[in-house]
Amino acid sequence: MSATNDNILLRGQGISRRWGGLVAVNQVSLDLQRGEVHAVIGTNGAGKSTLINILSGEIPPSGGSVQLLGQDVTAWSQPRRARAGLGRSYQRNTIYPGFSVFENCRLAAQARTQKPWRWWQSAQHCQASTSAAHAAAARAGLADQLDRPAGLLSHGQKRQLEIAMCLATAPQVLLLDEPLAGMGAEETERMLALLAELKTGHAILLVEHDMDAVFRIADTITVMVNGAVIATGTPDFVRNSHEVQAAYLGGH
Amino acid sequence: MTFMETRNPSKLVFVALCLGALAVYPLAAGSYGLDLVSKIMVYAVFALSLELLVGATGLVCFGHAAFFGIGAYASVLLSPGSDAGSLPWLLLASVGAAMLYALFMGALSLRTQGVYFIMVTLAFAQMAYYIVHDTPLGGGTDGIYLNAKPVLALGGKPLLDLGEAGAMYFFTLACLAAVFGFLAVLLRSRFGRALAGIKANEQRMRATGFSTYPYKLAAFVISGGIAGLAGFLFGVKDGFVNPELMSWHLSGAVLIMIILGGLGHLRGALIGAFAFALLQEFFKSEAIFGAFAKHWTLGLGLTIIASVALLPRGLVGVPGQWRQRLVGRPGAARGASTTGAGQ
Repeated sequence: MSATNDNILLRGQGISRRWGGLVAVNQVSLDLQRGEVHAVIGTNGAGKSTLINILSGEIPPSGGSVQLLGQDVTAWSQPRRARAGLGRSYQRNTIYPGFSVFENCRLAAQARTQKPWRWWQSAQHCQASTSAAHAAAARAGLADQLDRPAGLLSHGQKRQLEIAMCLATAPQVLLLDEPLAGMGAEETERMLALLAELKTGHAILLVEHDMDAVFRIADTITVMVNGAVIATGTPDFVRNSHEVQAAYLGGH
Repeated sequence: MTFMETRNPSKLVFVALCLGALAVYPLAAGSYGLDLVSKIMVYAVFALSLELLVGATGLVCFGHAAFFGIGAYASVLLSPGSDAGSLPWLLLASVGAAMLYALFMGALSLRTQGVYFIMVTLAFAQMAYYIVHDTPLGGGTDGIYLNAKPVLALGGKPLLDLGEAGAMYFFTLACLAAVFGFLAVLLRSRFGRALAGIKANEQRMRATGFSTYPYKLAAFVISGGIAGLAGFLFGVKDGFVNPELMSWHLSGAVLIMIILGGLGHLRGALIGAFAFALLQEFFKSEAIFGAFAKHWTLGLGLTIIASVALLPRGLVGVPGQWRQRLVGRPGAARGASTTGAGQ
């Protein structure tokens, strides 16, 4: 069980998080592989977002470890993990509303070529970040929106922009917190197509409430209840699991 | 098609006109006017330094007078007794002293956020204030005089003597122009864009891979250095420093200048400094207000409250506000929802 498998890009082992007496995440282990969408589902308060926050380094775990590309990154700060190839999107929109769509992407891409000491050079002349921004925006389907202020985008476009900003940093692992939330049917289809395309080069963790979408796109599903994993496996395995039916799917 | 920062030539023209007007002003001015405008330009440099923190990075520092005072005190304390000191050395030393204190203050205070940051910066400034107020170092409440003003000499020949009011005026103007230009360039660089990102959403910046603390600390130290430069100019111009230069009144005044002028624009700091100082002169004027002039703070305060209430975007936003009133909202024709638009 060592990290010799090169396709395992992110691994969490025995991750726990306690807030005082409350155990938000309890001994969760999971592997994210390149070429795979790994969905984490569970009711509200099951600890999904806390898990993403721990994996991305936003909050430290109370116990357990996180490995990124075979390295133990448990003690790394969030920015350091991000520079090493870990990208995340947020449940609520966290774009920079006052900036243009392009500048949102460009600033994200700049994280890869920060060079803050080049104070005399305009950021718009930074080749690496401008081309990465164009590529990311095009990939997320925003190529014709580059000059619009991000705050004026529709909700679905803002979710696309979240993904574009994530991609602009050239990550290997994507942690996506409810990318489909509040999207219409057509936008959902476009996003799912994008995720299917992205998974060939990335390892994707998907936290999502839209069960139809999850069972369509996920290769592996982990089900969490009250902070603990009760089942992990293929969509078929999870669908037929008695524990899952009892605890989560209920009437299905 | 690349998005460029909305580069509006009218802004450039405005700033060039302002600086041009300041350059020809001495032709028409008496010694009182020259001194007043010199003072205002010093305040403008000071306001620009705070704009880098508050307007550009979103860090509300309420202890900026500390750096101003340290720059001013350094210019006096480091001057050799009765001889004129060397301008480049004194300038660098004053700016350096302010930057050092900014490094110390920033390293600790930037670990806090929001209202705590405001309070901690205030506390550090009060600390500096009491050090010069209550120790022999700063000469107590009486302050200290600068006996001989610094000169710039080359091979024993004085090129620039700041003891002369005209030289002082143009040197201050040159500093103002240089600081404005430096900040304008800095803010469009990668560093400046990162600061804008930190202001808009620091958490997102961290998630993207920016270690925001060093960025904020660098901004804090640069800002402290520029405030130190303003303090240096002030100390040299007046030839006198006292602890009031570090008091929270001044920290508050400079904050009001940039709010009055309009946060988020370098022009705002420039306009705000002039507006604030001229309003102060206006309400202090006995020719206009007679005996009531001694209550000038009342008039000034009410005016500031009224202008903040009526001009939420500051004086910089006035042309836009009028355009909106006369022509209608820009971009309204697009029919797009404006929810969440940050501006």
